[in-house]
Amino acid sequence: MEQRPFSDISYEQFLNEEKLMGSKCKACDALFVPPKPICTKCYSSDMDWVEMKGKGKLGAFTCIAIGPPSMIAQGYNRKNPYVSGVVELEEGARVDARIDEVDGNNPESIKVGMPMTVKFLHQEGEQGPRTTLAFRPA
Amino acid sequence: MAKRRKLGRGVAIVGAGMSKFGMFPDKDTKDVFAEAFKEMLASVDKGVDPKEIEALYLGNFSNDFFVHQSHWGPIVSDLIGHTPKPATRTEGACASSALALREGVFAIASGFYDMVLVGGLEEMSKRTTEEVAEGLALATVPYEGKVGFTFPGVFGAVATAYFAKYGANRENLMDITIKSHNNAPLNPKAQFKLSIRDLMNAKAKSLEKKGIPVPEWKDEKDFLRDPKANPVVAWPMHLYDCCPISDGASCMLLVGEDIAKSFTDDPIYVAGIGQGSGRGLHACDDMTYFEATRYAAEEAYGMSGLKPKDIQFSEVHDCFSIAELIHIEDLGFFKPGQGYKAVEEGATRLDGPMPINTSGGLKCKGHPVGATGVSQLYEVWTQLKGKAGERQVPKKDLRIGGAHNLGGTGGTCTFTILERR
Repeated sequence: MEQRPFSDISYEQFLNEEKLMGSKCKACDALFVPPKPICTKCYSSDMDWVEMKGKGKLGAFTCIAIGPPSMIAQGYNRKNPYVSGVVELEEGARVDARIDEVDGNNPESIKVGMPMTVKFLHQEGEQGPRTTLAFRPA
Repeated sequence: MAKRRKLGRGVAIVGAGMSKFGMFPDKDTKDVFAEAFKEMLASVDKGVDPKEIEALYLGNFSNDFFVHQSHWGPIVSDLIGHTPKPATRTEGACASSALALREGVFAIASGFYDMVLVGGLEEMSKRTTEEVAEGLALATVPYEGKVGFTFPGVFGAVATAYFAKYGANRENLMDITIKSHNNAPLNPKAQFKLSIRDLMNAKAKSLEKKGIPVPEWKDEKDFLRDPKANPVVAWPMHLYDCCPISDGASCMLLVGEDIAKSFTDDPIYVAGIGQGSGRGLHACDDMTYFEATRYAAEEAYGMSGLKPKDIQFSEVHDCFSIAELIHIEDLGFFKPGQGYKAVEEGATRLDGPMPINTSGGLKCKGHPVGATGVSQLYEVWTQLKGKAGERQVPKKDLRIGGAHNLGGTGGTCTFTILERR
């Protein structure tokens, strides 16, 4: 059984290991992705780690032409926008993610409701490796 | 469900002021706050001795970041000669000064004070656009920033969810932009005072001058569809869907309702106040409404005994066009999914049945984030006093107006109802 604390730090460590993990309440089955240390439905603190299958559909998205310095450094700009979105997982939870392998210059080609599958974008950050959660069209 | 709550003592507004909003390279925060404060003093019909102010509540999101100076309570307290009496800063991102008003209302309602000053300030124009974007993004939900979401990006995503659920599109958001730009020229304090038509004509003239062929824009929407005139920021949010970077300040004088008539024969009363908190897009129940706004509205309606149909006009937080559309539904003025149709029919225009953002909204009036909440109430106060000049809501017996303020990506929302009796 996985013993890591139900925290954002653990969530990110799992992403580095290419696992999309959430916490599930043992008492009422409520699911939290990213994980919560207590169940905010029934207030039990008896939680379990669960791994998501990484399948879902696109719930919302945006093609960002003017990004923060960190994205500009990766080569994104007005001519080369990147896409961020919200994916509704098969398990019922929703996650924020980069949306990869779509054309940010052609937003009409990206559809809310599209089936998506998980992808992990690994980068070398200032404090070591960092993984951004992403999804691509299935 | 919000519990029905009442104030222990009624609260009235007897004076209000706001600076011009804009980008002021030759002024700092103190200069613009002084402008608002002087107007507030002059606005008290029977006069007020500022030494009677017992406490100051001041909203500021992040002058810490924008001008590298924190702790604005005592700075402003000193500026207005209020020391050594208490000065408290409130922070709720772009809803910071609506929280200052709420604290001021509670302080008087509790019976602890008789007179308090509430206000807000922000000085954003000394930073580059990219730096401001980075500063504002400090108020997103952590998971959003990590996957590259900017503020316009979050609202862009919300727009795609709304479009998919209700069949609206970009053209519907253009109606909102055009409406706000039509109100702004009537507001002498607004940052942008040109209608979209005037902007379009000005752009054509400047292109002609430079010898560049002028596109044939048929009308305002045709202009807004042109990616050169209206480039994408975070699709579907384009330049003219987004509010500007601004400096500004605002303030209001609150007193116990029992003593209000010693300052004016025409006080404006706080009929209802509500505040809610919200989760990020990943955790909210539905991405096509803001749970914090709905909760705040329920609380304000419950306290006032009023219903959405009783609100005669409202300022609504339109940091992005889609935000105005969704909030006019969340506040109950229109049914979910029906707001864009009402906007298309002109319902929210100055001369429509439900005027929204008579000030020009954040889009045109400007959005110095910490000053915005109280500046919205300044507009409602001005309208209720019948002092809005050319932009006066053309309704007989104007008595009840609302102001809705949002912070972050919906993390802090307030709704305040003011009433003239």
